[in-house]
Amino acid sequence: MVETGPARQRTNSGPGRLLIAVYLLFAIAATSRAGLQIATKFDEAPVAYLLSGVAALIYIVAAVGLARAGHTGRRVALACCSVELVGVVAVGILSLVDKDLFPDETVWSQFGSGYGYIPLVLPVLGLIWLWRTRQAPA
Amino acid sequence: MVPVTSVGADSPVDGIVATVPIVLSLLVAVWALVAAVRHRPPDRVQFVGLAVLEVALLVLSVLALVAVGGGDRPGEPGAFFGYLVTLVCLPPLAWVLARMEPTRWGSAIVCAVCLVAPVVVVRLQQTWEVLGG
Repeated sequence: MVETGPARQRTNSGPGRLLIAVYLLFAIAATSRAGLQIATKFDEAPVAYLLSGVAALIYIVAAVGLARAGHTGRRVALACCSVELVGVVAVGILSLVDKDLFPDETVWSQFGSGYGYIPLVLPVLGLIWLWRTRQAPA
Repeated sequence: MVPVTSVGADSPVDGIVATVPIVLSLLVAVWALVAAVRHRPPDRVQFVGLAVLEVALLVLSVLALVAVGGGDRPGEPGAFFGYLVTLVCLPPLAWVLARMEPTRWGSAIVCAVCLVAPVVVVRLQQTWEVLGG
Protein backbone atom coordinates (compact mmCIF):
# COMPACT_ATOMS: atom_id res chain seq x y z
CA MET A 1 0.00 0.00 0.00
CA VAL A 2 1.45 3.31 -1.10
CA GLU A 3 0.83 6.42 0.90
CA THR A 4 0.83 9.52 -1.25
CA GLY A 5 0.32 12.77 0.57
CA PRO A 6 -1.88 13.40 3.56
CA ALA A 7 -5.22 11.69 3.09
CA ARG A 8 -8.14 13.03 5.06
CA GLN A 9 -9.25 9.51 5.74
CA ARG A 10 -8.27 6.25 4.18
CA THR A 11 -10.98 4.45 2.24
CA ASN A 12 -10.55 1.34 4.35
CA SER A 13 -11.36 2.71 7.80
CA GLY A 14 -14.38 4.17 9.53
CA PRO A 15 -17.49 4.23 7.35
CA GLY A 16 -15.36 2.77 4.58
CA ARG A 17 -15.02 -0.45 6.53
CA LEU A 18 -18.80 -0.73 6.72
CA LEU A 19 -18.96 -0.14 2.99
CA ILE A 20 -16.38 -2.87 2.43
CA ALA A 21 -18.39 -5.22 4.65
CA VAL A 22 -21.53 -4.67 2.58
CA TYR A 23 -19.54 -5.04 -0.65
CA LEU A 24 -18.14 -8.32 0.69
CA LEU A 25 -21.65 -9.58 1.48
CA PHE A 26 -22.76 -8.72 -2.03
CA ALA A 27 -19.65 -10.28 -3.51
CA ILE A 28 -20.43 -13.53 -1.67
CA ALA A 29 -24.13 -13.45 -2.56
CA ALA A 30 -23.61 -12.59 -6.23
CA THR A 31 -20.67 -14.94 -6.74
CA SER A 32 -22.34 -18.00 -5.28
CA ARG A 33 -25.59 -17.29 -7.06
CA ALA A 34 -23.96 -16.66 -10.42
CA GLY A 35 -21.61 -19.63 -10.01
CA LEU A 36 -24.54 -21.91 -9.28
CA GLN A 37 -26.61 -20.59 -12.16
CA ILE A 38 -23.77 -20.83 -14.66
CA ALA A 39 -22.83 -24.31 -13.46
CA THR A 40 -26.31 -25.82 -13.38
CA LYS A 41 -28.60 -24.06 -15.86
CA PHE A 42 -26.54 -21.77 -18.05
CA ASP A 43 -28.59 -22.50 -21.18
CA GLU A 44 -31.82 -21.21 -19.67
CA ALA A 45 -30.75 -17.59 -19.53
CA PRO A 46 -27.14 -17.08 -20.63
CA VAL A 47 -27.33 -13.29 -20.74
CA ALA A 48 -28.78 -13.01 -17.26
CA TYR A 49 -26.29 -15.46 -15.75
CA LEU A 50 -23.27 -13.94 -17.46
CA LEU A 51 -24.41 -10.55 -16.22
CA SER A 52 -24.72 -11.95 -12.69
CA GLY A 53 -21.18 -13.24 -13.04
CA VAL A 54 -19.86 -9.87 -14.19
CA ALA A 55 -21.71 -8.11 -11.37
CA ALA A 56 -20.22 -10.54 -8.87
CA LEU A 57 -16.73 -9.88 -10.19
CA ILE A 58 -17.23 -6.13 -9.93
CA TYR A 59 -18.35 -6.41 -6.31
CA ILE A 60 -15.24 -8.41 -5.47
CA VAL A 61 -12.89 -5.99 -7.23
CA ALA A 62 -14.62 -2.98 -5.66
CA ALA A 63 -14.26 -4.49 -2.18
CA VAL A 64 -10.57 -5.18 -2.80
CA GLY A 65 -10.04 -1.69 -4.20
CA LEU A 66 -11.63 -0.03 -1.19
CA ALA A 67 -9.82 -2.33 1.22
CA ARG A 68 -6.38 -1.71 -0.29
CA ALA A 69 -6.92 2.03 -0.32
CA GLY A 70 -3.90 3.83 -1.78
CA HIS A 71 -3.91 5.41 -5.21
CA THR A 72 -4.52 2.36 -7.34
CA GLY A 73 -7.14 1.01 -4.97
CA ARG A 74 -9.08 4.23 -5.18
CA ARG A 75 -8.97 4.24 -8.98
CA VAL A 76 -10.09 0.63 -9.12
CA ALA A 77 -12.91 1.34 -6.67
CA LEU A 78 -13.92 4.43 -8.63
CA ALA A 79 -14.10 2.46 -11.86
CA CYS A 80 -16.08 -0.34 -10.21
CA CYS A 81 -18.57 1.95 -8.55
CA SER A 82 -19.12 3.83 -11.81
CA VAL A 83 -19.61 0.65 -13.82
CA GLU A 84 -21.94 -0.64 -11.12
CA LEU A 85 -24.07 2.48 -11.13
CA VAL A 86 -24.34 2.49 -14.91
CA GLY A 87 -24.97 -1.26 -14.88
CA VAL A 88 -27.71 -1.27 -12.29
CA VAL A 89 -29.52 1.65 -13.94
CA ALA A 90 -29.16 0.23 -17.46
CA VAL A 91 -30.18 -3.29 -16.49
CA GLY A 92 -32.96 -1.89 -14.32
CA ILE A 93 -34.41 0.00 -17.27
CA LEU A 94 -33.84 -2.87 -19.73
CA SER A 95 -35.44 -5.42 -17.42
CA LEU A 96 -38.54 -3.25 -17.23
CA VAL A 97 -38.68 -2.46 -20.96
CA ASP A 98 -37.83 -5.90 -22.33
CA LYS A 99 -38.57 -8.71 -19.93
CA ASP A 100 -37.43 -11.37 -22.41
CA LEU A 101 -33.88 -10.12 -22.25
CA PHE A 102 -33.49 -11.31 -18.66
CA PRO A 103 -35.83 -14.28 -18.22
CA ASP A 104 -34.30 -15.00 -14.82
CA GLU A 105 -33.52 -12.59 -12.04
CA THR A 106 -30.10 -10.99 -11.80
CA VAL A 107 -28.68 -8.90 -8.99
CA TRP A 108 -29.41 -5.79 -11.02
CA SER A 109 -32.88 -6.63 -12.38
CA GLN A 110 -35.50 -4.01 -11.57
CA PHE A 111 -32.81 -1.83 -10.02
CA GLY A 112 -31.94 -4.58 -7.56
CA SER A 113 -35.41 -4.80 -6.04
CA GLY A 114 -34.77 -8.45 -5.11
CA TYR A 115 -31.96 -7.23 -2.87
CA GLY A 116 -33.80 -4.36 -1.25
CA TYR A 117 -32.49 -1.87 -3.83
CA ILE A 118 -29.13 -2.03 -2.09
CA PRO A 119 -27.38 -2.67 -5.46
CA LEU A 120 -28.67 0.76 -6.54
CA VAL A 121 -27.66 2.56 -3.34
CA LEU A 122 -24.29 0.87 -2.89
CA PRO A 123 -22.39 2.41 -5.87
CA VAL A 124 -23.77 5.85 -4.96
CA LEU A 125 -22.48 5.46 -1.40
CA GLY A 126 -19.19 4.21 -2.80
CA LEU A 127 -18.79 7.25 -5.03
CA ILE A 128 -19.74 9.61 -2.19
CA TRP A 129 -17.22 7.90 0.06
CA LEU A 130 -14.45 8.14 -2.56
CA TRP A 131 -15.31 11.83 -3.02
CA ARG A 132 -15.23 12.56 0.69
CA THR A 133 -11.91 10.81 1.20
CA ARG A 134 -10.24 12.36 -1.85
CA GLN A 135 -6.82 13.77 -1.27
CA ALA A 136 -5.93 17.39 -1.63
CA PRO A 137 -3.78 17.80 -4.75
CA ALA A 138 -0.17 17.68 -3.68
CA MET B 1 -35.53 -43.52 14.17
CA VAL B 2 -38.44 -43.11 11.78
CA PRO B 3 -37.96 -40.18 9.45
CA VAL B 4 -41.15 -38.28 8.84
CA THR B 5 -40.90 -37.60 5.15
CA SER B 6 -44.41 -38.31 3.93
CA VAL B 7 -46.56 -35.99 6.04
CA GLY B 8 -45.92 -32.26 5.54
CA ALA B 9 -42.33 -32.88 4.40
CA ASP B 10 -40.87 -31.70 7.72
CA SER B 11 -38.16 -29.17 7.09
CA PRO B 12 -35.16 -29.40 9.42
CA VAL B 13 -34.64 -25.65 9.10
CA ASP B 14 -38.08 -24.70 10.35
CA GLY B 15 -39.58 -23.90 13.72
CA ILE B 16 -37.60 -23.12 16.85
CA VAL B 17 -34.14 -23.92 15.36
CA ALA B 18 -34.68 -21.17 12.80
CA THR B 19 -36.62 -18.79 15.01
CA VAL B 20 -33.93 -18.65 17.70
CA PRO B 21 -31.11 -17.47 15.39
CA ILE B 22 -33.44 -15.03 13.59
CA VAL B 23 -34.61 -13.39 16.83
CA LEU B 24 -31.11 -13.46 18.30
CA SER B 25 -29.64 -11.89 15.19
CA LEU B 26 -32.22 -9.11 15.16
CA LEU B 27 -31.61 -8.42 18.86
CA VAL B 28 -27.86 -8.09 18.26
CA ALA B 29 -28.60 -5.88 15.23
CA VAL B 30 -30.75 -3.53 17.31
CA TRP B 31 -28.17 -3.44 20.11
CA ALA B 32 -25.39 -2.72 17.62
CA LEU B 33 -27.49 -0.05 15.91
CA VAL B 34 -28.04 1.72 19.24
CA ALA B 35 -24.29 1.53 19.88
CA ALA B 36 -23.51 2.94 16.41
CA VAL B 37 -25.98 5.79 16.86
CA ARG B 38 -24.41 6.57 20.26
CA HIS B 39 -20.91 6.59 18.70
CA ARG B 40 -19.94 3.50 20.67
CA PRO B 41 -17.49 0.86 19.39
CA PRO B 42 -18.58 -2.78 19.41
CA ASP B 43 -18.97 -3.78 23.06
CA ARG B 44 -18.87 -7.08 24.87
CA VAL B 45 -22.57 -7.68 24.36
CA GLN B 46 -22.11 -7.55 20.59
CA PHE B 47 -19.22 -9.99 20.56
CA VAL B 48 -20.97 -12.38 22.96
CA GLY B 49 -24.13 -11.97 20.86
CA LEU B 50 -22.20 -12.89 17.70
CA ALA B 51 -20.73 -15.94 19.44
CA VAL B 52 -24.13 -17.16 20.66
CA LEU B 53 -25.58 -16.49 17.21
CA GLU B 54 -22.82 -18.59 15.66
CA VAL B 55 -23.63 -21.45 18.04
CA ALA B 56 -27.33 -21.22 17.14
CA LEU B 57 -26.45 -21.27 13.43
CA LEU B 58 -24.15 -24.26 13.90
CA VAL B 59 -26.97 -26.12 15.66
CA LEU B 60 -29.21 -25.28 12.70
CA SER B 61 -26.56 -26.52 10.26
CA VAL B 62 -25.96 -29.76 12.14
CA LEU B 63 -29.69 -30.50 12.23
CA ALA B 64 -29.92 -29.79 8.50
CA LEU B 65 -26.95 -32.08 7.79
CA VAL B 66 -28.43 -34.81 10.00
CA ALA B 67 -31.68 -34.59 8.03
CA VAL B 68 -29.75 -34.82 4.75
CA GLY B 69 -27.81 -37.76 6.17
CA GLY B 70 -31.16 -39.36 7.07
CA GLY B 71 -32.27 -39.28 3.45
CA ASP B 72 -34.18 -35.98 3.28
CA ARG B 73 -33.27 -33.72 0.39
CA PRO B 74 -33.58 -29.95 0.02
CA GLY B 75 -35.58 -28.66 -2.95
CA GLU B 76 -32.56 -26.88 -4.40
CA PRO B 77 -29.50 -28.65 -2.99
CA GLY B 78 -26.90 -26.36 -4.56
CA ALA B 79 -28.48 -23.16 -3.33
CA PHE B 80 -29.33 -24.71 0.05
CA PHE B 81 -25.75 -25.66 0.85
CA GLY B 82 -24.51 -22.36 -0.55
CA TYR B 83 -26.73 -20.49 1.87
CA LEU B 84 -25.78 -22.81 4.71
CA VAL B 85 -22.05 -22.21 4.25
CA THR B 86 -22.58 -18.47 3.86
CA LEU B 87 -24.74 -18.39 6.98
CA VAL B 88 -22.18 -19.91 9.34
CA CYS B 89 -19.51 -17.56 7.95
CA LEU B 90 -21.48 -14.40 8.70
CA PRO B 91 -20.90 -14.02 12.47
CA PRO B 92 -17.12 -14.67 12.14
CA LEU B 93 -16.98 -12.10 9.32
CA ALA B 94 -18.74 -9.53 11.50
CA TRP B 95 -16.46 -10.43 14.42
CA VAL B 96 -13.24 -9.94 12.46
CA LEU B 97 -14.34 -6.69 10.83
CA ALA B 98 -15.67 -5.34 14.13
CA ARG B 99 -12.33 -6.13 15.80
CA MET B 100 -10.50 -4.27 13.02
CA GLU B 101 -12.75 -1.25 13.42
CA PRO B 102 -13.06 -0.25 17.10
CA THR B 103 -15.25 2.76 16.32
CA ARG B 104 -18.97 3.33 15.88
CA TRP B 105 -18.56 1.91 12.38
CA GLY B 106 -17.60 -1.43 13.87
CA SER B 107 -20.99 -1.48 15.55
CA ALA B 108 -22.56 -0.51 12.23
CA ILE B 109 -20.87 -3.50 10.60
CA VAL B 110 -22.22 -5.84 13.29
CA CYS B 111 -25.66 -4.34 12.74
CA ALA B 112 -25.50 -4.79 8.96
CA VAL B 113 -24.34 -8.41 9.12
CA CYS B 114 -26.96 -9.24 11.77
CA LEU B 115 -29.64 -7.83 9.49
CA VAL B 116 -28.43 -10.03 6.62
CA ALA B 117 -28.32 -13.28 8.64
CA PRO B 118 -32.13 -13.56 9.15
CA VAL B 119 -32.64 -13.02 5.41
CA VAL B 120 -30.26 -15.87 4.68
CA VAL B 121 -32.09 -18.12 7.18
CA VAL B 122 -35.38 -17.40 5.39
CA ARG B 123 -33.77 -18.08 1.99
CA LEU B 124 -32.43 -21.33 3.45
CA GLN B 125 -35.96 -22.36 4.36
CA GLN B 126 -37.21 -21.45 0.88
CA THR B 127 -34.55 -23.49 -0.87
CA TRP B 128 -35.47 -26.52 1.26
CA GLU B 129 -39.15 -26.27 0.55
CA VAL B 130 -39.21 -25.90 -3.23
CA LEU B 131 -41.93 -28.20 -4.49
CA GLY B 132 -40.98 -31.19 -6.60
CA GLY B 133 -37.37 -31.03 -5.44
